[in-house]
Amino acid sequence: MLEYTNKIQEIAKKILSEGKVDMVIGFRKGTIPMMSEPCFVTDADGVGELSFDSNCGSNLANYIMDRKEKIGIVAKGCDSRNIVNHIIENKIKREQLYIIGIPCRGMVDRHAVGAALGGEILEAVENADSLVVKGVDGEATYSLVDMLQDNCKTCTHRNPVIVDEMVADKVEEQQDTNPYEDVKKIEALSPEEKTAYFDELLSPCIRCYACRNACPLCYCPTCFVDESRPQWLGKSQDITDVKTFHFLRAYHCSGRCTECGACENACPMGIKVRQLTKKLNMDCLETWGWEAGLTVDARPALDQYNLNDPEEFIK
Amino acid sequence: MQNPYLPFPVRIAEIITETEDRNLKTFKFEFINPEDEDKFAYKAGQFGELSVTGQGEIPIGIASSPVEKGFVKFTVNKVGLVTTHLHNMKVGDVMGIRGPLGNSYPWETLEGKNVLIIGGGFAFTTLRSSIIYMLHPDNRPKFKDIHVIYGARSPGMLLYKDELAEWEARDDINVHITVDGTDDPDWKYNVGFVPTITEEKAPPADSDTYAIICGPPIMIKFTQPVLDKLGYLHDNIIMSLENRMKCGIGICGRCNIGKEFVCKDGPVFTLSELTHIPKEY
Amino acid sequence: MTVIKIDKTEFASGLEKLKGSNKLFSPAKKGKDFEFAKLDAGEVPDLEGCRNTGMSPKSLIYPQSETMFEYTTEEADPDANLMKDVEKDYAPRVVVGLRPCDAYSFKLVQRNFESPEYRDPYWADSYEATAFISIACSQPYSTCFCTTAGCGPFHEEGSDIILAEDGDGYIAKAVTEKGEKLLADAGWATTAEGGEDKFASLKKAAEEKVTSSIDISKVRDMAILDLYEADFWEKEAFACINCGTCTFVCPTCWCFDIQDENKGKEGVRMRNWDSCMFPLFTVHGTGHNPRDQKYMRLRQRYMHKLKYYVDKYEDDVLCTGCGRCIRMCPVNIDIRRICDKMNSYVKA
Repeated sequence: MLEYTNKIQEIAKKILSEGKVDMVIGFRKGTIPMMSEPCFVTDADGVGELSFDSNCGSNLANYIMDRKEKIGIVAKGCDSRNIVNHIIENKIKREQLYIIGIPCRGMVDRHAVGAALGGEILEAVENADSLVVKGVDGEATYSLVDMLQDNCKTCTHRNPVIVDEMVADKVEEQQDTNPYEDVKKIEALSPEEKTAYFDELLSPCIRCYACRNACPLCYCPTCFVDESRPQWLGKSQDITDVKTFHFLRAYHCSGRCTECGACENACPMGIKVRQLTKKLNMDCLETWGWEAGLTVDARPALDQYNLNDPEEFIK
Repeated sequence: MQNPYLPFPVRIAEIITETEDRNLKTFKFEFINPEDEDKFAYKAGQFGELSVTGQGEIPIGIASSPVEKGFVKFTVNKVGLVTTHLHNMKVGDVMGIRGPLGNSYPWETLEGKNVLIIGGGFAFTTLRSSIIYMLHPDNRPKFKDIHVIYGARSPGMLLYKDELAEWEARDDINVHITVDGTDDPDWKYNVGFVPTITEEKAPPADSDTYAIICGPPIMIKFTQPVLDKLGYLHDNIIMSLENRMKCGIGICGRCNIGKEFVCKDGPVFTLSELTHIPKEY
Repeated sequence: MTVIKIDKTEFASGLEKLKGSNKLFSPAKKGKDFEFAKLDAGEVPDLEGCRNTGMSPKSLIYPQSETMFEYTTEEADPDANLMKDVEKDYAPRVVVGLRPCDAYSFKLVQRNFESPEYRDPYWADSYEATAFISIACSQPYSTCFCTTAGCGPFHEEGSDIILAEDGDGYIAKAVTEKGEKLLADAGWATTAEGGEDKFASLKKAAEEKVTSSIDISKVRDMAILDLYEADFWEKEAFACINCGTCTFVCPTCWCFDIQDENKGKEGVRMRNWDSCMFPLFTVHGTGHNPRDQKYMRLRQRYMHKLKYYVDKYEDDVLCTGCGRCIRMCPVNIDIRRICDKMNSYVKA
């Protein structure tokens, strides 16, 4: 995907100098290996700052809510689905956007690379299909496919669903992935085992809210965890409060989550928070055949009622 | 050293509803352990953390005066969780007070000076404390002329109405009470906003005249240019800030404006000090 | 101060002796990172495996959630509504295997918790009860910039004993009286021949490995308001998602919130780490928020670390250069980059 950088810069330069947009939101190269930083450019002469590689796991849809400018935005498949969400939820107008589409081959999980390398990544060079990484004790080469983020491994919407200009031809979509295998395993657990599982899953949480804040869906002016009147949950490290936060947040995302993985990408503790959102995505898919953010012409699953909606959940 | 987070236990001795909207009540507290009163020795301009058990704490300026003994008073505006709960409490209830906290008005500097007090709305509590302090027979000779300009939206929204009337009748203090507007035909004081009344009634500026100003941001915004026009030096304009606070002792980190903590280095600053500090209040 | 040589066997047996009258804590692998955990009898810390912990050791002294008082609101109780102290465990503790930068961080933070006017008893009692055996860094991260942040891979201030890896053992230097006593308690007594020199040469080699840096030389002379009003903050803050990661992983971030938590009529007053990145941190009861934009919150954090603290205490930065915030930030906000923006800022 390295070749995308030139094309992004070219498009950005064009739309900025033609006055089509006031700003272009994209990524700039990070200050450390395998990292990139969301950034914006307002000047056609500044587009050289923009770059793209397999370390652009942040969801840029998170940066456009309620903005008034005309915006060019670099969008992977998942980013574009969250842009659709925002349009449906009136967080941005389609006319404000010039969507620079990225046919995405998946983002690399830097924690996984670090774990495989067994230490700090001192240098990383990305090739078409591989990643050459230098660590303290030498060099290693990994296939990009093996090091993808969990969500990217099973992604079936790599191409943007809404776009003004693509940076390259579409990539082939993955078929027959099985994203819900682990959810099914958790579902099969007994209630006690489930409690133990979630306690274990969420006990490392430090309540920094990086998952929430990295998520384009979490834009409530005041999140329920921050409400003081009434105060819905305690502020301490009590596991019940920690779990309540994660469970309720997941429910707030149901029918809206695009599996972009920004939450897991952001978590400093490496918690697999998508274990929760995935279950709800699976339910939406199985119950209503719904996947979020594929079209601006349909209301989200939990936002509409159809006469033929299944009712098995009413007992 | 005493645990600075541990409140002194107090009992509510009296509750006075101050304003017609019933949003402001004055709570008179008595210390359950009489020796705590000495530990709570304060100066006008300081504040305390009122601790409502099970609800939390709120920083409130001390409305009583160091010259008043046997109790402390706080006038509390009903805005949030703790204050709402406090407003529902009754005489005899037990709670806590931490303090005294923060600096105070600069009483050593103010001695031998003319003092102009400008207050608006419910931000008159530590000003009341100051007036009572200065008017005490032991202290009155220490100050030259004392002027007070105090305004509220309407007559019913003025705090400490009885005391205002009493001060109005005295000849050792010049009190100018004003309201934004009123349809009360018997209203015998001023009508007009605080900045206007300040322009009309404030004593002339000189290096021996200090203004203490407390009020809503809008009042301060429009009064400050008036004081400038009258020639008040920024070193002689004294203000008390508010910010969200928790610990009240400069430790928990939330109330800073630049390198100063409002709770510990303030809440009282001169206008010239504030010119060099980020306006994060 | 005493400089001795400890081989690995002696080290392990000495720690066992210390466990008799102290609780020991050391880094242990947990999830993707090492984190501090209690060292039980028979356990030997993996000091070589851990370059540094994910979270700093600050929670050992200052837990993320800590009970201050307990109370009952049951009116029938004679102590109804009174705050009661809770039992605290300030029995002696030893932290083994923290990095010198982390040991030093407590010294920076101490100024806040123990000011001339107030002493925070929870932090101070806990700190006093704790001894620190740090292990010098021979392999700093590329994100470490300690040598320009007032400390270094062999920095001694804050440690009671500092260990340096040396072949099959450690050279140990007692830095404080507390450290000397620990050496004696652990039975570590073999004088290291030429220990000081060896220590100095290891130190020099380690310092050369720290390649990353910050510079506040110009920041020192700038007016607070000029920097505060500088034009780069909004651009630098663009990526920031205002999570609390940088503040929570930071050894020198100390802000907290105080909350009453009730269960029926019983309750506790507790404090929890808070973060200047959170909008709620500064919001007034009226709803007014003096830091209502995210760039203001980001600016607060870096101004506090690199300017306010420096000015207030006329000292170095409120940062040890441990690099955790750089490694952990989800969107690559880099304190070195921001420091550079600040230091190279020229008022228009």
